Amino acid sequence: MSDATHHQDVSAPLPASLTKLGKFWDLNEHDHPEGHSTMLGFWIYLMSDCLIFAMLFAAFGVLGGNYAAGPGPRELFELPLVAVNTSMLLFSSITYGFAMLAMQRGSVSQTQMWLLITAVFGAAFLSIELYEFANLIHEGATPQRSAFLSSFFTLVGTHGLHVTFGLIWLFTLVVQVSRKGLIQANKRRLMCLSLFWHFLDVVWIGVFTFVYLMGMLR
Amino acid sequence: MNAKNYNDLAHRHAHGEANPHAIGHGHGHDEAHGSLRDYVIGFVLSVVLTAIPFWLVMSGAIADKSTTALVIAAFAVVQVIVHMVYFLHMNGKAEGGWNMLALIFTAVVVLIVISGSMWVMYHMNANMMPMHMEQMD
Repeated sequence: MSDATHHQDVSAPLPASLTKLGKFWDLNEHDHPEGHSTMLGFWIYLMSDCLIFAMLFAAFGVLGGNYAAGPGPRELFELPLVAVNTSMLLFSSITYGFAMLAMQRGSVSQTQMWLLITAVFGAAFLSIELYEFANLIHEGATPQRSAFLSSFFTLVGTHGLHVTFGLIWLFTLVVQVSRKGLIQANKRRLMCLSLFWHFLDVVWIGVFTFVYLMGMLR
Repeated sequence: MNAKNYNDLAHRHAHGEANPHAIGHGHGHDEAHGSLRDYVIGFVLSVVLTAIPFWLVMSGAIADKSTTALVIAAFAVVQVIVHMVYFLHMNGKAEGGWNMLALIFTAVVVLIVISGSMWVMYHMNANMMPMHMEQMD
């Protein structure tokens, strides 16, 4: 066979078999608008984050009863404080929702205002959590004390770290929005943070139910 | 169809102009948006679904502890679904269904990881510990 039969002139008609192929497989690498797949990609990141929390929950589920003759949940946890903490996160969820609604209306100042209110609730949540951790450590209930406390601090601390990074991200976006306005890229970033923030609230439902409330029932 | 026509088709596809292949490729235009109503309903529901489990545990309304645990676990599951629908705007249509598929896959893996770990470790505890005790005696 000569090469001529393989290398066809572009302007010449393609053989029937090839044109059929072209209908099913897109041979051209056509371009997509910027950020078209960001939301799906970010969702898949959140799902992988979910698996991290699943492992931490599993570790707590297995080790949560091993007190090593140390203090257990009944001596350590203060449910009223946890209830206040939970409400802070719930409030921050709806205020972030209001920020998204303001973004959809295209109002820069209201978007920033609701983002900052969300940040206040988020910071309150973190402060209460750090206060709780400080109290526990002061009472000698350190992560080194027992397997229960190790898994408790790892699970709740990982969630707190996520909230911390969410707050940093939130302040970054407040600055971005004030500099560039509600451009398409900033809207996309705000929607990603929205997913992240609400996702952390979902994880917290698991934490307050399975760690704090069920801990008190042990 | 010759090569020129094919290239023309691909070109039109790239620019999102009307052609049958573009259907289902609504890139960037199918993000779920919530309404004020959605957020308020979600918030009210989640406050109720949070308050009841806290009240159940703090007041000890149900005497049996394992019943209480089951009830608050059920409340948690319902609240997670409420958050998914009203705050995360999950539905089967966003991103051509891939969001939902990823979520279902993750939920299955999470269930296997947590229940599997607890099941295996519970039996390890139950079956291995007495042997150590006997050896120590």
